[in-house]
Amino acid sequence: MIHRLVLRNLFHRPVRTGLTILAVAVEVMMIVMMVGVSEGLLTESLRRTRGVGADVLIRPQISGATISTADISDKLPAMLLERYPQIEHALGATVFTPGNLQTITGVDWPAFDAMSGGIVIFDGRPYSAPYEALVDEVYARQEEVTVGDSIELMSREFEVVGIIETGKMSRVFIPPETMSDLQGWQGRVSQVYLKLGDSANVRELIEDLRVLLPNRHVISVEDFLALTATNVRQMSSQFVNIIISIAVSIGFIVVMLAMYTAILERTREIGILKAIGASKSVIGSIVMRETLVVSLIGIVLGYGLSVVGKELVALRYPLIPVIFVPEWLAGAAVLTIIGSIAGASYPAWKAAKADPCEILSYE
Amino acid sequence: MSAEALIKTSSLKKVYRFGNVDVPALRGVTMEVQAGEFVALLGPSGSGKSTLFHIVGGMLAPTSGTVEIDGQDLANMSDAERTEMRKTKVGFVFQRFNLLATLNAEENIRIAQHIAGVADPDDEHFNEVVRILGIGHRMRHKPNALSGGEQQRVAIARALVNKPPILLADEPTGNLDSENSMAVLDTLRTLNRKLGQTVMMITHNAEAASYCTDRVLRMKDGRIA
Repeated sequence: MIHRLVLRNLFHRPVRTGLTILAVAVEVMMIVMMVGVSEGLLTESLRRTRGVGADVLIRPQISGATISTADISDKLPAMLLERYPQIEHALGATVFTPGNLQTITGVDWPAFDAMSGGIVIFDGRPYSAPYEALVDEVYARQEEVTVGDSIELMSREFEVVGIIETGKMSRVFIPPETMSDLQGWQGRVSQVYLKLGDSANVRELIEDLRVLLPNRHVISVEDFLALTATNVRQMSSQFVNIIISIAVSIGFIVVMLAMYTAILERTREIGILKAIGASKSVIGSIVMRETLVVSLIGIVLGYGLSVVGKELVALRYPLIPVIFVPEWLAGAAVLTIIGSIAGASYPAWKAAKADPCEILSYE
Repeated sequence: MSAEALIKTSSLKKVYRFGNVDVPALRGVTMEVQAGEFVALLGPSGSGKSTLFHIVGGMLAPTSGTVEIDGQDLANMSDAERTEMRKTKVGFVFQRFNLLATLNAEENIRIAQHIAGVADPDDEHFNEVVRILGIGHRMRHKPNALSGGEQQRVAIARALVNKPPILLADEPTGNLDSENSMAVLDTLRTLNRKLGQTVMMITHNAEAASYCTDRVLRMKDGRIA
């Protein structure tokens, strides 16, 4: 009977109920999408690093997940190839990050192609002139460029000569010499990738290289991926937590306002129920049940909005991948319910302590 | 005083405090109502009859004095204990019917059973009350589809569905035209006669008070005159 009363009350004010559900849904979507974008960017970055096909990475000693400098000799790859027969491929790459988190990479294309086991070029050809560039299909879709178009990189015009598969180190590639000229990095590279004939020898090689190159950060690609994932998650978690806090606060406020106005509007109903013997807990539970119904519908709608949001982001911003994290789908639901219950607590308490005498006296 | 009295008050006082001003509403009410009696509490506005109604109904605690309902002393009960008492000892009928707008007539009656925690509702009693009140054909209608008289009869059914020993009615005809007023008074009288229902009715209408009751208690300035 109380369930019926709760549902009828919600349907009695469809606009208010609908708006509250929508607010809860937006809260859920904000949490799911924010975590999804964060995870998507990280996963995509790791996928591209893995896509290089290397086993070992040599980087500057102090650097984060992204680098934008070059202080390793460009002779190092050839030297290592000659010194260690177990190394099958050695590749130097210069990396510049212009500020929009999309890196531009200068790399010797044939060597890169060989190390990664063959890169699919959907349209066009590899670069053969200084101001030619290759872009991946996601970049091409977002920037709406095709082979033959011009793009501006580091304040220079480059002609797009090919569109490649995604997931290979970077989204934009230019000849390494051009990068060195533009950045003043002649004779240097940002990092060196090594691929071994037998990856079982990775640990042994890394031990040797750490002795040989004490001022460099020598790490297996698998360890680098794990380290990067941990570091990036730690850094992004602060930002994500702020957004989640804002989302939960908005949900809290909306639910509190909605339930508070509902209580004010239904003062007489509360008085009647109390007069016929409804205890404080019964009255409080009616408010809480209404809140839970609204929250649960809002959570389901929020999941739906997140799916729509993911598709819209994929259409409009292909460079921003969204990956739903199952733990956070549940986490968003739990946080939303906690926020909603907290928001409904004051209205529930106010309703529970209402004096039926006072209410019913004002005929 | 009779041992069978369902309602007993002794030196009952209630003082409301507004800021620093004390306003006495009841100034020492001593009265009793026997089981099966139909008593009217008659008095003008401000005489204290509504305060007495709320105290006897367990919705308000007295300032001093005693009030016993079916042998239970309400004066020393906590708010939760008085709430528990209201489920089974007292049924309320109000001037404005006070039905829940989102529930139909049957649900408005059944919710009293639900709140009282009745696990196995007595459908025979339910049907008997509905039949006496003549509202069986209106059970699926919501309050806004019922006439004032029908709404008040649904409210009476709700008050009686848990078989409370006492029915308290606060100006039950106050919102009704004369025809419906007479019908409701006749209904209360019938319930009193047929089911032996004890009824205490508050009214300021002397005609209504004397029309159907066994006894009229007159209130003035917080006292039984």
